[in-house]
Amino acid sequence: MTPTRKKRLTIVGIVVLSVGAAAAVALSALQDNLMFFVSPSDLYAQTVPDERHLRLGGLVVEGSVSRDPQSLEVSFAVTDGAHSIPVTYVGLLPTLFREGQGVIAHGRVDNGVFHAREVLARHDETYMPNEVAKALEAAGTPHQVTMPTTRGNASNDY
Amino acid sequence: MWQTIKVGFHKLGSPPIFYRVCQVLSPWLWAGFAVSLVIGLYYALYVVPPDYQQSDSFRILYIHVPSAWQAMAGYLVMSILAVIALVWRIRTTEIMAMSAAPIGAAFTLICLATGSIWGRPMWGTFWAWDARLTSMLILLFIYLGIMGLYAAFEDKRKGARVACILILVGLVNIPIIHFSVEWWTTLHQGRGISFVGESTMDASMKPPLIWMIVATKLLFTAALLDRSRNELIEQDRRKGWIRQKLGASV
Repeated sequence: MTPTRKKRLTIVGIVVLSVGAAAAVALSALQDNLMFFVSPSDLYAQTVPDERHLRLGGLVVEGSVSRDPQSLEVSFAVTDGAHSIPVTYVGLLPTLFREGQGVIAHGRVDNGVFHAREVLARHDETYMPNEVAKALEAAGTPHQVTMPTTRGNASNDY
Repeated sequence: MWQTIKVGFHKLGSPPIFYRVCQVLSPWLWAGFAVSLVIGLYYALYVVPPDYQQSDSFRILYIHVPSAWQAMAGYLVMSILAVIALVWRIRTTEIMAMSAAPIGAAFTLICLATGSIWGRPMWGTFWAWDARLTSMLILLFIYLGIMGLYAAFEDKRKGARVACILILVGLVNIPIIHFSVEWWTTLHQGRGISFVGESTMDASMKPPLIWMIVATKLLFTAALLDRSRNELIEQDRRKGWIRQKLGASV
């Protein structure tokens, strides 16, 4: 390699590394703002002003979903294994919504109850045919939806 | 042996030889793409059983996932070409790097569109500003930026060099896209599909995914060689060797 090319390669390396370093610094400073949702434990750990809108993510507690037969009102609880928070919502729910499923509710907390104005379902990246799902159930080990948190945080939440 | 490979690579730097290699490889790549696409789509749409919770809707992933991976793999290929173009100043590599951008942009667009279509019924929304979706949208803008910057220069070689620097600056976005679902909480699902070791996708559903991954790789390469050859014709259209290749009519 000629000296000119070596110099150019060094400059290319410096450009890539410095852009990477700048991005790393900027992203770690914005870490909390880049979180799409918070867990019920996060809500318990810190006081959130009642008027502040935020997204709450977790699993729908089994047996907690109750629907008002007269309206579109539905209430359920969202858990991260450690804490759970009751959620109320008026509207249509996404296809994937069910008990045990990961959901993200957008709204605000009022007296310990989370009033959602939007509820999104989360997919846990599990794909299998019906037969496999039934076989797992028959074997007594039905598929458990994984907690919708980042891998890094998962250990802290349990 | 090493000498033969080295000489072979050096020869690719010569526009007439590069032109010939693209011309010879292209039909084979297109044929390979057509075959793997037909097999992949047949398996994806007819053979693989419906998903236990999404039934038939999950089949869109056989387009979405390979496109997303190709959008990112294409960027890596383009970055390697950009480094070679910047350090060695080989014109055919500059042309290849510039030809890769629109193809990568197309894959990114396919990924975003199919994701949106799937997201509306499953998540309950077309779009959310979470880290994964946003970083993928930024990838589209980076691709468009590279294309725009290159097009803005009268001198194509100068334009290519400037755009190559932008390619290297945008490279930082690739690991961000990849790790976004691990570093931050997102609406988008995490990484779970794997071909080695534990996978969250049942083995019976994987074959069409492999076929579609092969198909997108071949499509990218075939389109890259064709675009590069066209760019070469455009740039050298007044030169003798191109006129000879295309016949006296040009």
